[in-house]
Amino acid sequence: MTSPTPVSQDSAKHELGAERSVYFRIKRCDGPGKATRWERFKVKVTRGEGANVLACLERIAANPVTADGAKTTPVVWDAGCLEEVCGACTMNVNGKVRQACSCLIDTCAPNDGDEVVLEPMQKFPIVRDLWVDRSRMFETLKRVKAWTPIDGLYATGPGPKETPERQQERYIYSTCMTCGCCLEACPQFQQEPDASKWDTSFVGANAIGQVQLFNEHPTAKELAPERLDAMTAAGGVSECGNAQNCVKVCPKEIPLTDAIAAVGRAATIHGIKRFFQGK
Amino acid sequence: MAAGSGSEKRVIVIGGGLAGLAASARLAEQGIQVDLFSIAPVKRSHSVCAQGGINACNEVARQQGFSEWAHMDETLYGGDFLADQPPVYEMTHWAPKIIDLLDRMGVPFNRTFEGYRDLRLFGGSLFKRTHFAGATTGQQLLYALDEQVRRAEQDGMVTKYEFWEFLWPVTEEVDGERRCVGMVAQDLRTMQVRAFRAGAVVIATGGCGLVFGKSTNSVSCTGAAAARCYQAGAWYANGEMIQVHPTAIPGADKCRLMSESARGEGGRVWVPRTKGDKRDPRDIPVPERWYFLEEKYPKYGNLVPRDIASREIFDVCVNQGMGIGAENMVYLDLTHKSREELDRKLRGILEIYEKFAGEDPRDVPMKIFPAMHYTMGGLWTTFTPEERTADSVMDRDSNRERVIGMQIDAKNTMSTNIPGLYALGEVNFAYHGATRLGANALLSCIFDGLFAGVGIANYVRDDAPDEEAVSSAPFDAAVKQEEAKVESLRSRAQQGLTDPAVNPYVIAQELGKEMTDASTVVKTGERLEKALNKIQELGERCSRATLADASLWTNQNMAFTRSLSDMVKLAEVILAGGIERRESRGSHFRLDYPDRDDDQFLKTTVAEYDAATGRPKISFREVITPLVKPRARTYGKVEKSSDPAPEPRETVAAEATS
Ligand SMILES: Cc1cc2nc3c(=O)[nH]c(=O)nc-3n(C[C@H](O)[C@H](O)[C@H](O)COP(=O)(O)OP(=O)(O)OC[C@H]3O[C@@H](n4cnc5c(N)ncnc54)[C@H](O)[C@@H]3O)c2cc1C
Ligand code: SF4
Ligand code: SF4
Ligand code: FES
Repeated sequence: MTSPTPVSQDSAKHELGAERSVYFRIKRCDGPGKATRWERFKVKVTRGEGANVLACLERIAANPVTADGAKTTPVVWDAGCLEEVCGACTMNVNGKVRQACSCLIDTCAPNDGDEVVLEPMQKFPIVRDLWVDRSRMFETLKRVKAWTPIDGLYATGPGPKETPERQQERYIYSTCMTCGCCLEACPQFQQEPDASKWDTSFVGANAIGQVQLFNEHPTAKELAPERLDAMTAAGGVSECGNAQNCVKVCPKEIPLTDAIAAVGRAATIHGIKRFFQGK
Repeated sequence: MAAGSGSEKRVIVIGGGLAGLAASARLAEQGIQVDLFSIAPVKRSHSVCAQGGINACNEVARQQGFSEWAHMDETLYGGDFLADQPPVYEMTHWAPKIIDLLDRMGVPFNRTFEGYRDLRLFGGSLFKRTHFAGATTGQQLLYALDEQVRRAEQDGMVTKYEFWEFLWPVTEEVDGERRCVGMVAQDLRTMQVRAFRAGAVVIATGGCGLVFGKSTNSVSCTGAAAARCYQAGAWYANGEMIQVHPTAIPGADKCRLMSESARGEGGRVWVPRTKGDKRDPRDIPVPERWYFLEEKYPKYGNLVPRDIASREIFDVCVNQGMGIGAENMVYLDLTHKSREELDRKLRGILEIYEKFAGEDPRDVPMKIFPAMHYTMGGLWTTFTPEERTADSVMDRDSNRERVIGMQIDAKNTMSTNIPGLYALGEVNFAYHGATRLGANALLSCIFDGLFAGVGIANYVRDDAPDEEAVSSAPFDAAVKQEEAKVESLRSRAQQGLTDPAVNPYVIAQELGKEMTDASTVVKTGERLEKALNKIQELGERCSRATLADASLWTNQNMAFTRSLSDMVKLAEVILAGGIERRESRGSHFRLDYPDRDDDQFLKTTVAEYDAATGRPKISFREVITPLVKPRARTYGKVEKSSDPAPEPRETVAAEATS
């Protein structure tokens, strides 16, 4: 599992309920093709209340007035679980891509008057303000056939036995919440507005992790040749430049570079096989 | 204008949590085209939040005396016998098959040394019957179903409409009977309002945590979809049955679960003796701390059962105003334990606290408070009972002469009172009675989709009216109605800060607070009546609520405000049911009627919307109890009070996350 956000080391005791202000500088955009602008808001937080970035966005929504007193619209953002398991609230906070729900104000802006900068992810088309459209990530899961081809939904007996070690290995890949942090940080992954080009553009680390997940499962590996076809085709694993940014930003600490190495090897062998089969 | 239909009959599924995905997969397998709608990408549905596990009888437990029948009995007993029994029979008997199926899909269930599925102990059972996948069972199950639905999507059987919000079911009288023939939805990006035709509509939109303000639920759990069906004539059952989890971490945006194992491992609950004391807890000397559970229950101390813990914490904070810093919070203190021991036993849950509360619970006492957690009530649904005798192939309890389950191909399985409109998963009321056992919800959602999917396919093939038989008039009318709501909201928009009386966020906060105070842990008739008045006021203010955004592009402000007025309607149903149910049962505790009263209230509460007054009409229906005779739900409390044989430590520890 993930390691917790480091607790602020200042164990200096503080009074409960001390109120302070933080500023939010937010990159806003009213919709695709519209100009971007920055707006700054002042938000009151109470030390120790556990306020995160999203709680502050809610406060802004309830009182959409900038720090200079200008009236504006509530900021638009995406959220779901509020506990870092759904991936919805991913954005750039102070220049680093992460989930906003697990970003506590007392940690990221510990002092009175500190500023937090919020920007939408850059690698996906903007919908509005902090909300981007990541449907490409879900489409990519089709490209790599990220599923187990079971016979059907009626019971036919248990699945294959699995050692605890293998379960642990698969489990960690299976916690990928399609958040896109790894893609946002990857120098090889670019925004592609033309959906018809998605299938030949670089798949990105999370999809390679899914290939590894399913190729390790006794039933799902039946589709391994097809997954490896995708991995050897244009936009496949060989386009990874090994910058290792992905693994540094993955909130679930998924060993993406291990997956890239393993899938890379499998793809090479697969390519040679295909070559000799003349396919 | 209704679009989206070809010549073949389709089913609209609204919601892509476990229930909606299971139904979509089943319908696609049956050769039915599915249009799957969700306000968020289905892979981000609330079901990802479930941590603890999923229950099913298994071979190990069976050899120790457990059975599907015993699982059914626990579920009925846990639910204080308010659930109709045949659906629970069927669900618990399908459970092992469902685990096998999920296993085949590749769910990484935890394993034993030999490679079999591992099991854990959970509240409400003496047997290990809970299967789990790491600390994210719900996420893992949701992903497995999401993958199968993506496969069906690739095969052309499922069409997804993500970022679409369901607004209203469309009904029409066909051959003298009112049926659901489609629905109206809005694209949350373009804000286009549009009608969709279908042979049947399945509501799988989850629970209503947000009615209570901060809950353990996700932001999509508003209950608005159910409230809209109710206002369109669908019955809502057992609304008052809301489960509260005793130890949640109150956050600024939501309450996150804190496992009960923290108490199991010696956590002590206290508040400062001085009202409103704002000192750092570490500066408050022991004599100035009130360990109220230890004081009131010297024998059990902090290990009193869940409902008692909730009630006492609630009483100290809400009634006596003794919460930390006068807020609704108490300390759950583990700091007297060594770091080493805490890390060994509780590391996972302490890390969750650290991550979201930003404090190290090994150094500073945790702050916790009970929080709304699960919606047992929901849209009323029906089924066709099926009697099976000893020689029936489907019956596993061959030692019983006669059992009653649900007929698999029946077209009314989980149908609301409006034919063609179905409700599956947490949004219906079917399985958990007056309270839900931990790790039974995931099961009920998946079972619902897989089982009811068969009957829904039959209904659509055989009974759903042909498209030609339904004019476009009801669709046009529903679109008009919803467009009018949009326009009315927009017409009141003004940028910047609005008067708190009509600020939707302020109204939502007041709604959550009132509902939490009046209608969660402890209820009285008087307090509920007072809340009902307050809700009327909020409803009136809601009708004047002012937006800060008039745009017709991704207007979340509008979607939020619209949902709010539906949440207010649901709050009325919850309160009205609570007022009429003059007894205590399961999660419903009435201080003024502390005992269960089977003579009068072994009955399902049914709320019907009265269009003339806009208020719910409450009536009661018999609970169907052919299998197990209702008995007192004591969990051995009586014996314990004389000589406490404490619950097995493991049970307390294992009540865990549910
Ligand atoms: C913190 C937590 C832990 C839990 N742990 C466990 C556990 O360990 N074991 C267990 O058995 N149960 C557990 N539960 C309960 C369980 O997770 C839920 O009951 C279950 O996941 C509900 O699934 P669902 O399919 O009914 O709905 P959800 O998963 O809530 O899905 C609802 C769907 O409907 C969509 N939707 C909602 N409104 C609309 C609308 N108006 N228009 C279009 N789409 C809409 C949403 O986008 C979503 O796709 C837990 C619950 C919580 C809160
Ligand atoms: S290692 Fe590959 S996938 Fe990861 S960031 Fe670098 S280029 Fe991208
Ligand atoms: S691999 Fe990690 S960073 Fe990438 S999408 Fe999955 S969870 Fe997010
Ligand atoms: S809201 Fe789900 S990850 Fe942040």
